[in-house]
Amino acid sequence: MKEQGTFRVKKGMAQMQKGGVIMDVTTVEQARIAEKAGAVAVMALERVPADIRAAGGVARMADPDMVLRIMDAVTIPVMAKVRIGHFAEAQILEEIGVDYIDESEVLTPADEQYHINKHLFTVPFVCGARDLGEALRRISEGAAMIRTKGEPGTGNVVEAVRHMRKVMDQIRQVVGKIDDELVVMAKELGVSLELLKEVKKEGRLPVVNFAAGGIASPADASLMMQLGSDGIFVGSGIFKSESPEKVADAIVQATLHYNDPKVLVEVSKNLGEAMPGLEMSTLTEADRMQERGV
Amino acid sequence: MKIGVLDVQGAVSEHIKHLELCDVEAVAVKTEKQLNQVCGLILPGGESTTIGRLVELFGLADAIRERSREKSLSVFGTCAGMILIAKEITDGTTGQPSLGLMDIAVKRNAFGRQRESFETSLRFKSLDEPLTAVFIRAPIIERAGEGVEALAEMPEGTVAARQGNLLTTSFHPELTTDLRVHRFFIAMCEEKA
Repeated sequence: MKEQGTFRVKKGMAQMQKGGVIMDVTTVEQARIAEKAGAVAVMALERVPADIRAAGGVARMADPDMVLRIMDAVTIPVMAKVRIGHFAEAQILEEIGVDYIDESEVLTPADEQYHINKHLFTVPFVCGARDLGEALRRISEGAAMIRTKGEPGTGNVVEAVRHMRKVMDQIRQVVGKIDDELVVMAKELGVSLELLKEVKKEGRLPVVNFAAGGIASPADASLMMQLGSDGIFVGSGIFKSESPEKVADAIVQATLHYNDPKVLVEVSKNLGEAMPGLEMSTLTEADRMQERGV
Repeated sequence: MKIGVLDVQGAVSEHIKHLELCDVEAVAVKTEKQLNQVCGLILPGGESTTIGRLVELFGLADAIRERSREKSLSVFGTCAGMILIAKEITDGTTGQPSLGLMDIAVKRNAFGRQRESFETSLRFKSLDEPLTAVFIRAPIIERAGEGVEALAEMPEGTVAARQGNLLTTSFHPELTTDLRVHRFFIAMCEEKA
C-alpha cells in the first residue's frame, strides 16, 4: 500500500534539495533560464520581492494559471507562495499539484494569529524563521523545511546572516544543555521539549534549513553556506541583475563550491551590475517583512 | 575499504551516515583525487539536471565512466542517481545529462509530482524481509538490457536492479534506518576487491 504525504516523504523532498539553489521566477522564460543554470527548483510568483516591496498594497498568491504554465515548462520541482495563515490559497496550490508551498512573509499575512496547520496537507511546506523558537514552532505546525527570513527584496544579506547565526548559536546552546535546563529553554522558546531533545540529539534542526532574503551575489551564497545553510533561495537577486543567466549560473556554482575561493573568484568575475540594494536603516517598521508571522 | 558519495548536490550526508553505520569509511567525492581513493561510489538523490550538469562541468563524469568501465569502481545510483546511471532516459528534456553506465531505459518522475510521492513496503530480492521504500518524485526502469537483474518490482515497473558492478534503486534507502541495501552495495564492492 502506498502511503502519501508522510512527514518522511515531505521532509525527504527537502533533503533532495540540499546544496542547491531555488530561484524566484515570474515567467516561463525565467523558469527555463533557472533550470538551465542548474537550479534545484523554482519559486513561481507574479512579482519578485523587490517589486512587491515597490508596488505596496496587498500581495497574494499567484494566478494558478501562471503557476501551471511554469510547471509545464520545466521538469524540476515548482514551489509557490501563500499568505501566512491562508489555508484556502494552500488548498488551491495543492490541488494544481505544486511540489512545495512557501507560507511566506513576503506576501501580506492573512492571519495575524495562526499559521496554516500544515499537517493536514499532502504537499510539503517551507516556512521562514529568524531564530530557533520560530523554526521549531513552524516544524510543530508541520513545516518540512525551514529557511531564514532575511529581509526579502533588499539585496542586503545582513538580516539573513543575523537569522542564520542566531539559529546556529541557539542550536549550540541546546547541545550543551542537560535535560532539566532544556525544560526551561522549551518554555522560553515556546516550543515542545520533544523537539528540543531532537535538536540536541542531532545537533541540528530536524529538517533542512536554507538561507533566504537578500542573497544577491555568489559571495553571499558562499557566506550563507559557510554559516551552516543547507542551500540557498535567491529571490530578486537573479532577475533584477543586469545578466540573469550569468548570475544564476554563478550562484549555483558558488553554492556547490562555497569553500573553494579559487572557484569563487572565477564565478564572481564580470557579472555586470547586481540588483540595487537597500540599507536596513532606510526601511520603516512597516517596510520590514521579517516581523510578520512569528 | 573506502566508499564515496558524489558530493555535488542532494542527500549526501544521509548516505555517508549510513555507510559509517555499516563500519565503512565514507568519503564525500567532489574531485578526481577523492574519486581515486574509493572502490565504490554512491550517486545520491537530488535534482538530476543539477547534478548531471555540474558533474560534467567539474570533469568528474569521464573519470567515473572510465573507472566503471574497467570495473575498478562499483556504482550505486539512488533516485536521481538512477537517471545519472542510465544509458537511456525516455522522457528527458533535450540535453538531460547522464553518465550512461547501465543498460536501462529510465522514465523520470514516473509516479507523478511531489503530491504523489509515497512510502511503501517492498520486497527486495535476496532480502528475507521486505523493506520500507521511500519514493520521492521517483523514476522507474521501463526497459532493461540483457545482463540486468531486476531486484524489486512495483505494479508500475522495476524499481531496483543490478548489472555487474552497477546497482540502482528508484527509492531512497538513505531515508530510513534500514541498512540492508547499503550492505548489499558494500558486498558488491567487496566482491570486486
